[in-house]
Amino acid sequence: MAGLGGTETLGRKSRWAILDLVVVVYALVPVLWIMSLSFKTTKTLTDGNFIPREWTLDNYKAIFQTSEFVRALGNSIGIAIISTVIAVVLGTMAAYAVARLDFPGKKALVGVSLLVAMFPQVSLVSPLFEIERSVGLFNTWPGLILPYITFALPLSIYTLSAFFREIPWELEKAAKMDGATPAQAFRKVIAPLAAPGVFTTAILVFILCWNDFLFAISLTSTSASRTVPAALSFFTGASQFEDPTGSISAAAVVITVPIIVFVLLFQRRIVAGLTSGAVKG
Amino acid sequence: MSMQSDMSQSVIGADAVKRSGGRGKVVLSEGKKAERKLGLMLIAPAAIVMVAVTGWPIIYSVWLSLQRFDLRFPEKQAFVGLENYGTVLSNGYWWTAFGVTSLITVVSVVFELVLGMGLALIMHRTLVGRGLVRTVALIPYGIVTVVAAFSWRYAWTDGTGYLASLFGQDQALLTQRVPALAIIILAEVWKTVPFMALLLMAGLALVPEDLLKAAAMDGANGWQRFTKVMIPVMKPAILVALLFRTLDAFRIFDNIFILTSGAQNTSSVSMQTYNNLIKGLNLGIGATMAVLIFITVAIIAFVFVKLFGTAAPGSDQEGRR
Repeated sequence: MAGLGGTETLGRKSRWAILDLVVVVYALVPVLWIMSLSFKTTKTLTDGNFIPREWTLDNYKAIFQTSEFVRALGNSIGIAIISTVIAVVLGTMAAYAVARLDFPGKKALVGVSLLVAMFPQVSLVSPLFEIERSVGLFNTWPGLILPYITFALPLSIYTLSAFFREIPWELEKAAKMDGATPAQAFRKVIAPLAAPGVFTTAILVFILCWNDFLFAISLTSTSASRTVPAALSFFTGASQFEDPTGSISAAAVVITVPIIVFVLLFQRRIVAGLTSGAVKG
Repeated sequence: MSMQSDMSQSVIGADAVKRSGGRGKVVLSEGKKAERKLGLMLIAPAAIVMVAVTGWPIIYSVWLSLQRFDLRFPEKQAFVGLENYGTVLSNGYWWTAFGVTSLITVVSVVFELVLGMGLALIMHRTLVGRGLVRTVALIPYGIVTVVAAFSWRYAWTDGTGYLASLFGQDQALLTQRVPALAIIILAEVWKTVPFMALLLMAGLALVPEDLLKAAAMDGANGWQRFTKVMIPVMKPAILVALLFRTLDAFRIFDNIFILTSGAQNTSSVSMQTYNNLIKGLNLGIGATMAVLIFITVAIIAFVFVKLFGTAAPGSDQEGRR
């Protein structure tokens, strides 16, 4: 954007730079703080300094030696990846149908997705707790994957159908003219064009699953399926005689790393995905 | 305005496609049938999962809420009609939690709207470092809520935190009701302002640059351009953002759980449900609360759609497809 009238004076630029700086401080201070805590030694942990006076990796070494954290990390990664793959595959199929095909029941699907997107998750906790206990899904991976897929589906259907509408129609028609069935047109033509949108959606869905706390803490009871956010809250209760601040901070930083990496690498796509899914969807 | 013209455009587009399709193929009914079948097959798995995992449990939840069902005394399970609803609705803790949840929802959504609008304007219009600002602003959105909540908790813990000492020694702010609620709202607002800003930025992108220039030529100052030109065009985006954030804020759980565990009457309705269910193991009461929250959320959504009519997301969705 060339600005209004193209008069980009130094003064205006520096005013924007100050505003930018405010945003950077706003966004980073809580993150830097938890990082700082994770690098502090036991002695300096409670000195209230924003920057550690003594640096150490002990907190990280300690958590990776506990099976509690290592298993939780494995659970988090496994459950989030499986949920993401399933939600994105099912979402891609549905979004393709919504964006490209004419069939009865389309409005119903969109309506159901909207309802699920607005659904208060806590209302599911009580019945799911009882249902999963009776069918043996309680405290298992599938027991968490199932609600995660459910709540990720509206997100992936909206985001993907917004992306799919941007794909040029003509190519699909051309493929059909050349004798491709609708299913072939989907696999051979649309799927490769849709890959960036699918990838973006996968990131958003992964963040959603990675972030969950309510289901993770309600539908698990041991480290067999407890994810890191849930395990973190038990670090506190478990060690009454030892201050868990350092280990909680280190674990918190570990699960923040993938998010930071995604954000740094795919900022444009995440912004595009969130805005298209939210308003155009 | 723009939404409507957009809709009619997409409808015209769809007609054109249908017509050209009709001209191209003679055996249209065959293709149409295949298309319908493929469409239904493609949406079936997603639809089944969503309905099975939300529809059935909520019905089951209604049934559970009509039972006396305490997992500590399973032999006493019995149908009790609306007794659980009477118990919950006459309970002071429930109404306190309801009030706290409503307060947090209203206050944080107002802050989020104002700050989100500011951030959206910065991300959209800044002359320097746009990529940097957009990247950095995504961090609060992406970060795990529990992690952010721990960061805020330690920041406000006496001795440990960099913020606690600003308000004097040994205040233990998280153990006082009003400061604790303020900190919960702070944590909630911090995390969700970027999301709000992204939704609003999508609306900002719809504001025609020419219109702003014309308004400036006519002597409108910055504030007038914002209120008279930008806000009307952005209205649909603002409403979508408000609806989604209101419903989301009403479900608040993670931040309260980590920051105060609901001590000093800072519980939300979600916390109350969790406590009755997982800690109290009282399925009947837990299910009753689940149903009540579901009804409340449905009412909020209904009011939004009724109040804002065609601009609400539901109708928008239908119009566009």
